Amino acid sequence: MRSYLLLLLFAMAGLVVAFAPLPVLVIAPQERTFRIDARQFAYSPSELAVNPGDHITIQLVSTDVVHGLYIDGYDVSAEADPGQTATLTFTADKQGSFRFRCNVTCGAMHPFMIGKLTVGTNDWLLRSAGLAVIAILGVFILVKRN
Amino acid sequence: MEKIELTRNPFIKTALKSRYPQLAVFIVMLVGYIFAILAGLVGTPVGSHNFSIVFVWIAWWAILILVAVPFFGRGWCAVCPIPLPGEWLQRGAILAPPDKKPKWLNRRWPRALRNIWLQNISFLLLALFSSVLLTTPNITGIVLAAMLFAAIGLSIVFERRSFCRYLCPVGGFIGLYSQTAPLELRIKDKKVCAACEGKPCYNGSAEGYGCPWDVFPGGLTKNSYCGLCMECIRTCPFDNIAVNARPFSADLAKPSARMDEAFKAFIMLGSAMIYAGVLLGPWGTLKDAAYNVGTTAWFIYAAVFLSVIFIVMPSFFALCVTRFENIDRFKKRFATLSTALIPLGLMFWVAFSLSFVLTNASYILASLSDPLGLGWNLFGTANLAWQPMLTSILAPGQTLALVGGLIWSGRTAQKAAKEATVSPVPVIVYCFIVTLAMLWLLI
Repeated sequence: MRSYLLLLLFAMAGLVVAFAPLPVLVIAPQERTFRIDARQFAYSPSELAVNPGDHITIQLVSTDVVHGLYIDGYDVSAEADPGQTATLTFTADKQGSFRFRCNVTCGAMHPFMIGKLTVGTNDWLLRSAGLAVIAILGVFILVKRN
Repeated sequence: MEKIELTRNPFIKTALKSRYPQLAVFIVMLVGYIFAILAGLVGTPVGSHNFSIVFVWIAWWAILILVAVPFFGRGWCAVCPIPLPGEWLQRGAILAPPDKKPKWLNRRWPRALRNIWLQNISFLLLALFSSVLLTTPNITGIVLAAMLFAAIGLSIVFERRSFCRYLCPVGGFIGLYSQTAPLELRIKDKKVCAACEGKPCYNGSAEGYGCPWDVFPGGLTKNSYCGLCMECIRTCPFDNIAVNARPFSADLAKPSARMDEAFKAFIMLGSAMIYAGVLLGPWGTLKDAAYNVGTTAWFIYAAVFLSVIFIVMPSFFALCVTRFENIDRFKKRFATLSTALIPLGLMFWVAFSLSFVLTNASYILASLSDPLGLGWNLFGTANLAWQPMLTSILAPGQTLALVGGLIWSGRTAQKAAKEATVSPVPVIVYCFIVTLAMLWLLI
């Protein structure tokens, strides 16, 4: 097969893996409440997993200095004073993995005070792994042809 | 794609040959560098509001790893201010034609250290303390000042730019990754160099200084040790030096067989992965261990860091490329095949830096208005709220970088394996596995 046809084939496979809709497991939305303790420079728990459509309430409790919690992709945030609880409510209507991070300067490692929210499955990771598989298959075919 | 000689353009040629444009950039850089040291030492201790942290570790780092290294190779070294005061002192001049009489000790760099092992060590030293270095202004100020003084000290004792060539923690990896850049400085015709008497490009002449990087341009086959300082363009009496645009990773077609360079590839690949886990991951215990220098947890972190880089990753790679034969041939094959890790390592750093830079870039404008954190508002941007940028394209961008790096490394492995007369498949599988690990860490 000619090289450009092979390239086209792999490019199309890559596009399918990157953009084809994935089957979604429909689960009835739930009300979910998490208490997250924030301290310099970590959240506990630092990883949350919810289902798409869930109504999420996060009670952010700061155990030392003022901390915030901002969720990438959702653009929502809360700020808790020391010893106080701040509440953040939103609907998890976007699927995937999102970092949440402190948005109030809280000390030296503040830019790296990060947690992770996973809504449903981490689709983009699966797609990325699929793209890596396609890439490696392409490279192997090139190796064999050479 | 053929090479395109950029220096055929009279404007480019004149700009590179004249010392004044470079000097103007040097002065701006040096002022910025000294200001970063002062800001680190006397400015606010809050890193995200201090010029030294924001401009060195966010702005400069973004430009370096996302633009300068991938597209211009050692382009940063061409304008880096660190060696300047030492070099001016060593020459006893800023612009004047060279005086042949050495001003200082002018010793040759020790033969045993003419490799990049010291650069590997200096990078690792900074890497082990990176959580503190990246976040604490006075530590950043001290390290920047130490680099400046180390460069001055070495310029007084040794000839040429010994600091840049053998000790700079940044120069080591820039040199490694500059091999992938679509830009090179090379001679036009070997015969001209062979016939040239006195070799002014290396020894200097009335037109300029001998190569500060201790490289004979006539023998240049890769970018790693050419600092793009442009002295040879000024000194060559036959106009035999060219700056060329070329295909990406042209140097990797002829892989190196040096162990110091091979381990640099592992150091960079491993560090990017560890940083992705420690700094960008959700694991607070890891962050605590990396930040609390001197504690038991930090020593464990340091031991794991070094083990991953010097034992786990190279051993796994060695298993992939092992054939039972004599040790010298094994070492040569190991080093040759590790060339395949260079594009992947660069793209790991691009993917890591995208995340770090896009989420923290909004600090740049605020810091510009209040560089010392003293409550100034020079440009009216001091109170801009922190806001991550372009987070919706972050994951696709990182995937593109990592999968692109995997393909690039796969192609490089093919070329390296041809040199080593082995199959590239184990190396490609290795690259695939570490790419999956990096994807998991970042996405």
